[in-house]
Amino acid sequence: MTFTRTETMVVAGARALEGRRVCFVGIGLPNIAVALAQRTVAPGIELIYESGVYGSRPNRLPLSIGDPCLVTGSLAVMPMAELFQYYLQGGLVDVGFLGAAQIDRRGDLNTTVIGDDYHHPKVRLPGSGGACDIAQNAREVIVLMRQSRRSFVDTVDFRTSPGSRVARVITDLGVYTVGERLELTALHPGVTLDEVRAATGWDLDLAPGVTETPPPTAEELRILREELDPERIYLR
Amino acid sequence: MSKLLPMDEAVAGLVHDGDTVAIEGFTHLISFAAGHEIIRQGRRDLTLCRLTPDVIYDQMIGAGVARKLVFSWLGNPGAGSLHAIRRLVEGPGFEVEEYSHFGMVGRYAAGAAKLPFYPLRSFEGSDLPSVNPNIRTVASPFDGEEVYAVPPLNPDVTIVHAQRADVHGNTQAWGLLGCQKEAAFAARRVIVVAEEIVPESVIRADPNRVLLPGLIVDAVVHCPRGAHPSFAQGHYDRDNRFYLAWEHISRDPQRLSAWLDEWIHGTSDHAGYLAKLGEAHWDDLLPGPALSGEVDYGDHR
Repeated sequence: MTFTRTETMVVAGARALEGRRVCFVGIGLPNIAVALAQRTVAPGIELIYESGVYGSRPNRLPLSIGDPCLVTGSLAVMPMAELFQYYLQGGLVDVGFLGAAQIDRRGDLNTTVIGDDYHHPKVRLPGSGGACDIAQNAREVIVLMRQSRRSFVDTVDFRTSPGSRVARVITDLGVYTVGERLELTALHPGVTLDEVRAATGWDLDLAPGVTETPPPTAEELRILREELDPERIYLR
Repeated sequence: MSKLLPMDEAVAGLVHDGDTVAIEGFTHLISFAAGHEIIRQGRRDLTLCRLTPDVIYDQMIGAGVARKLVFSWLGNPGAGSLHAIRRLVEGPGFEVEEYSHFGMVGRYAAGAAKLPFYPLRSFEGSDLPSVNPNIRTVASPFDGEEVYAVPPLNPDVTIVHAQRADVHGNTQAWGLLGCQKEAAFAARRVIVVAEEIVPESVIRADPNRVLLPGLIVDAVVHCPRGAHPSFAQGHYDRDNRFYLAWEHISRDPQRLSAWLDEWIHGTSDHAGYLAKLGEAHWDDLLPGPALSGEVDYGDHR
């Protein structure tokens, strides 16, 4: 069965949520990974969205984290002040699931500007949203993002969210664990080490015994393609 | 006394050039109708505050109503970028003040509670404090622990959209509640825009669902579908096709200007905007019912 690298990334992201109870879901790719996790490895996981929802059971794939389908049938809807104070800062979130435009070898994340001068950016990105808050208050952070020399940089142009609690990074090429630095622990099927090095803006560290990510199963692919994203909004 | 006003009178009387304005609502219940009327009336030099500027502030800033933006996430949710704002931010002269979501929520909360600052655990190890001098640290007077702090935000006027209100401004909303409550209590003046105007008895029958008391509301505007293309839970869905189309409209300054001419300056009010949109536009946007269960408050005499 053929599959794309984006599909492998989303599947690896979903599998990383096995055994987690409460996941704070960031903007973009994490949305579809948590939806797959809820239908496979983590049926009991409760999802928190910064829009003010706890325990969503969305009946369709939300286009944004403020979608009405996150509300209907959820466990709780509340003002954002309550969510950020009591659920997030109160320490109830096991894992924060974030995307980013840039990450560096320490796991620091940039979603603010590309370029050296904040006041005159080459590209203005959206900014923190809840990411900076999640990065310091979730017990640990998993990052899901596409990897290239532009996104995997030696030092981020702007540190929006600190990497201190980033535990794992999952890209379209492989999987990294993060202690002091990112270490490659698994390559996705069909990806070579040279390819990963070429897409990394620093001298890559390897974990002892790099493995291969088990390929997506037929069932995982069926859920992704038929149930979750038939129009391929996230899987493009 | 009734506070019911048409939108043009509410905006003319309560939103002034140079004001700090918050049209809040997180993806949900965003008063596009009020933003459009502010454009029609040609307000200038506004400081616009919102966690997520969204398409409404891209339209307003593209139309030239603002000189400054206070925000925490600058994107077109699920659809792309806000190009009118980006063109200004990437060039010189337009002022921005940037926080995280929790930081912005805390600013409104301190503003509502009339406190000098709001303490929070965020920003440690982030570069945000280095570009925003309003993000500072404070030591606990009890054990000396240092946390970050943000200052109060007190808008001159906050505008919120809701499912229903009575003519006194007692307002009920359900679904995502964002930080409308904090932003409204923090404001000097409040405009409520409602899908439905209901008798006071409807509010009193379910007081737990009240978002704002009429006590703090200056004007109530009846404006069905006034949150389009954002949504009103239970009334209509988010018009995601419009959000996706906006990516292309706002990317091109001429298309943006033509859109504003056609849809805002070319219509006299929100009823005109809706008439232009046409009734068939709503075919895919009206949800089926999902009723809440009832609760019994008890007749305690």
